[in-house]
Amino acid sequence: MDSKFEHIQSAHCENGVVVKLLKSRGITQINEPMAFGIGSGLFYVHIPFLKLNNAPALSFRTMPGRIFKQTCNFLDIDFASKRFANPRKAAAYLDNLLGQGIAVGCQVGVFNLSYLPVEYRFHFNAHNIIVFGKEGGSYLISDPTMEAPTRLDEAELLKARYARGLYAPKGHLYYIQGSGDLAISEDELRRAVLKGIKRNVRDMLYIPGNIAGVKGIKYTGNNIRKWRDELGLRKAGRYLGHIVRMQEEIGTGGGGFRFLYAAFLQQAAELFDNEQLVRASEEFSHAGDLWRGSAVKMAGVFKGRASEQSDFNEISELFYEISDLEKGAFQRLSKIVKGNV
Amino acid sequence: MKLEELPQERSALNGYTRELCYGKDEEGKFRPGLSSGWEVKAAALDLAWDDVNERIEEAAELVKRGKKSPLYYLMIKNLMDSSILSSYTGLWRIRLKRHFKPSVYKRLSDKVLARYAEAFNISVEEIRGMEL
Repeated sequence: MDSKFEHIQSAHCENGVVVKLLKSRGITQINEPMAFGIGSGLFYVHIPFLKLNNAPALSFRTMPGRIFKQTCNFLDIDFASKRFANPRKAAAYLDNLLGQGIAVGCQVGVFNLSYLPVEYRFHFNAHNIIVFGKEGGSYLISDPTMEAPTRLDEAELLKARYARGLYAPKGHLYYIQGSGDLAISEDELRRAVLKGIKRNVRDMLYIPGNIAGVKGIKYTGNNIRKWRDELGLRKAGRYLGHIVRMQEEIGTGGGGFRFLYAAFLQQAAELFDNEQLVRASEEFSHAGDLWRGSAVKMAGVFKGRASEQSDFNEISELFYEISDLEKGAFQRLSKIVKGNV
Repeated sequence: MKLEELPQERSALNGYTRELCYGKDEEGKFRPGLSSGWEVKAAALDLAWDDVNERIEEAAELVKRGKKSPLYYLMIKNLMDSSILSSYTGLWRIRLKRHFKPSVYKRLSDKVLARYAEAFNISVEEIRGMEL
């Protein structure tokens, strides 16, 4: 294994890839919370009528691919992003980049990733890994959610890059263009942080409709209240279990990404020496705790310890409380960044 | 969430990796820490697999009773739905639905079955010889 390559573990895969790709080009100021914040990673959406694995489709983060693209854009870093109709060309393109010593981000499906436990291998196609070399027939892989780097053989990697279904990667790979070390100044970093917060304020407060942003959290809360009657206790419990998975499963850093965002705001507060940002960070820290509390309550239902309508009402009220808290926090952030801190 | 309170409970990831989470240190600063797992989410994942296993058993039962072809069972067993299977095989969903009928399935050529075999990571012979 390439001894110069330092594996970095992160909570979320895409954040981790961004951090590592930037670091491989000499940019060290961007750690995981920074990438997540500049990339406006925090989100909430609950898509009605769409079912994933027989449960409601909801997400606590932004669209896949957005964090990388936006972080690079806001930091003025040139990147390339490619998909290939022909798998053979996709493999050759990757090999060529690796030959030049370029670390490459690849979008993959997890169903065929042999280094993951089978319990985690659903048809989920928005996973991101770094390919950093090739030895014999195997690719050297750095999966940011894992503690250690690993390997995949040619056929396995190609299969994962051509997983099918929702978010099919179609061989999607991305990397930072050019060669040699890059640098960003503190001013550039500040500008990117402000842009990231502004964009996140827009996504969470002003997105139209009632299923996304802070309004989306209430939308789910409203639904939960009705699930016991509409679906029956068993199915309602399964739906709640699904929410817990989306919220707490590996990749979220805990509390539906809210702790990651709180960490980002803490770093932003230091960068701007701004007390108000410290307070905003505290609010998201609190939101993360509430999300975790709701997960405990939801587990009470699907483990059969809590089965009354009042239990569903309590969970629903928690979602309302979280929505209001995050709304207030983003309104405060909006004011802070408008005054340009 | 305090770093020292990061849950160190069971997870399907045990033996593979610990996961990175964020929590506060003694000075209130958010830092990454490793968690072996959290019972709440391990239970949620168990629940999802109970669901999957139930659907697999149901599918096996339907095949045994002659209501569905083994292709239907293999789809469920591979955690797919007809839209995922359709994109792997390149066959339209309406054709898949026909192939799930035992009478139609029996008449399928090796060429068509090869598409399923590739999607399911097994051989045509294994599909043909399948017994539930």
